Amino acid sequence: MTELPPAIRLQSVSRHYIMGESVIRAVNDVSLMVPTGEFLALLGSSGSGKSTLLNLIAGLDRPSSGSVIANGQDLSKMSSLELARYRRQTVGMVFQSFNLLPRMTLEENVELPLRLAEVDRSERAARVREALLRVGLEKRIGHRPSELSGGEQQRTAIARALVNRPKILLADEPTGNLDSATGESILTLLREIQKNPGMTIVMVTHERTLAERFADRLAVMGDGKLLSNGAAR
Amino acid sequence: MKFRDLSDLAFRNLREAVLRNSLTTLGVAVGVASLVAMLSLGVGLQQLATSRLAKSGLFDSIFVTPKTNLRGPGSGPPATRAPAPKARPLDADARAEISRMPNVIEVYPQIRFFTEVRYDGKPFATMVAGMPESSKASGAFDGMQGSFFSSPNADEAILQAEFAKELNPQTASLIGKDLVLRYAERQSLPGQGGDPGENSGGFSVVPKEKHLRIIGVVETEPASGFGGFGSGRLLIPLPLAETLRAAQVNDLRDILRDSSSDKPTYSSLTVRVKSPSLVEATEAKLKDLGFSAFSLLDASKSLRIFFSVFDLLLGIFGSLALAVATLGIINTLVMAILERRREIGVLKALGAADGDVKQLFFVEAGVMGLFGGMLGTLLGWLIGRSLTLGTNLYLHRQNLPGVDISSVPWWLVLGGIGFAVLVSLAAGLYPASRAARLDPVQALRYE
Repeated sequence: MTELPPAIRLQSVSRHYIMGESVIRAVNDVSLMVPTGEFLALLGSSGSGKSTLLNLIAGLDRPSSGSVIANGQDLSKMSSLELARYRRQTVGMVFQSFNLLPRMTLEENVELPLRLAEVDRSERAARVREALLRVGLEKRIGHRPSELSGGEQQRTAIARALVNRPKILLADEPTGNLDSATGESILTLLREIQKNPGMTIVMVTHERTLAERFADRLAVMGDGKLLSNGAAR
Repeated sequence: MKFRDLSDLAFRNLREAVLRNSLTTLGVAVGVASLVAMLSLGVGLQQLATSRLAKSGLFDSIFVTPKTNLRGPGSGPPATRAPAPKARPLDADARAEISRMPNVIEVYPQIRFFTEVRYDGKPFATMVAGMPESSKASGAFDGMQGSFFSSPNADEAILQAEFAKELNPQTASLIGKDLVLRYAERQSLPGQGGDPGENSGGFSVVPKEKHLRIIGVVETEPASGFGGFGSGRLLIPLPLAETLRAAQVNDLRDILRDSSSDKPTYSSLTVRVKSPSLVEATEAKLKDLGFSAFSLLDASKSLRIFFSVFDLLLGIFGSLALAVATLGIINTLVMAILERRREIGVLKALGAADGDVKQLFFVEAGVMGLFGGMLGTLLGWLIGRSLTLGTNLYLHRQNLPGVDISSVPWWLVLGGIGFAVLVSLAAGLYPASRAARLDPVQALRYE
């Protein structure tokens, strides 16, 4: 059986910010490889650089040095238009504060990435329904985010992230705004999603216990550096 | 993103802040209304002036004179000039020939002569002018007291208002009264050989009288004084004037030219063609026939230039309000960027390119421009109609006929809307590029 290429490979990645006369090294010379199909948890205290690293993998930010290779593409060499296409087609993102558009229904929120990807209108309804069915919210399709609980909103955000059938799911503190029971249900859902062949998940969290229970591997960051990297269980 | 999805999102965004966006759209509408109202006035006044001048017959008319008539005082004494070839007389034959020319609809002489009018036993010296039937449509007789001539040969007279006041300050009371026209009739003299068929080229002047009924009083004679000897103050039908064979100023000149024709000659003929566009070609043909001819087309061109500049100035003043409205659009969209910062971040995280975000703001600006343009054009039209209504109320009180001083042609409707969209898109340039440049990471952190 041939080994799949890694979904993500970071090579000496650094991201520096210049604040006045001082240089903030948010990510400092990090090298990391995430095999295809793995559920990686990025752990670390606040300001450790884990969210910055996730943004680099998402193509929302560019490294100051080093290279980010995702799905075989070197993001540091991409134009902004290519990065936008990468975000549409290759990755799906879930945020701590859900980031659903409040004036849109669940259906419209989930449909948004399909609009951006210029998916044919006739296909969209089925794709949205399929994504909402996957997160168990198909009956709330016409509701607005404000009519849902936090857990349901996060499930909707996951449906939105999955609707374009990405290869990599990036989650930034997905349980941060949820109570522990709901958080656990969200991670259970992510774990189920990961069972899809080829789906790689990178999750930023500071909840080590949950990460150990659900992730395949833990990477711990501190002061922009990768402190440890090993199997969760 | 496809345009339909883009416009769906843009409409949704505009509905979200419906009050603010409506007010901005109203600002655009006011700007467009001011522009359209100004230009509609310019266009309306131009149309009014053009139609009045066209009705006056000045711009579809050519004034024909015998060639010698153009020899002016600056040409030097006759002894120093080379002898001119004999000029073709402008007589009845020439008139008939000109009448047969293509596109010519009317040829009539200018008949004006001095006369003494007796009214109520008192004499009044004045100038008589013959009016062709077509002058009825010239607009000069609109709103006159009384009526136009009942027939081309009626023994009727229309008085110019100032002259009428000399006869009786209560001009309305003159209508229906009779007056006596005393004039000098020209009678050809027989040849010196005593043969009654031979014409000597000379004529005698016999005093005659003609009784006329006053049927109207008018402010001014149409096209008064052009090519003639001053305004006619007593107007009679042209065919009647021709039958009077009254001696005119040019008769003496005809004798000195040793005219051997006993047919009536004319000092000038007015040739009217089907439309002003045919004037130039007909004028050239008349010159080929051996006459001097000139028209007022150059004056018409000057009028067009004047109104183009007038419209331009009105457009500039009208655009000032639209310029203020564009600041409103910029302000609204910049506010929208601040409010929707996080949303822009989400869109970018989901895969929107900078161009998608830019286009979204462009469409929002364009939609405000489109609706503002449509509403503004309607408002501008209403303002124009109100101004026309107000002007006509004023004119009505002054016993003057109504006029249409504003006009909104199709090009102004489409131009007004198109200009509003263009200006709005231009106003959206800065906010759109600012939104497109937003750093998604910063935008997602924005609370």
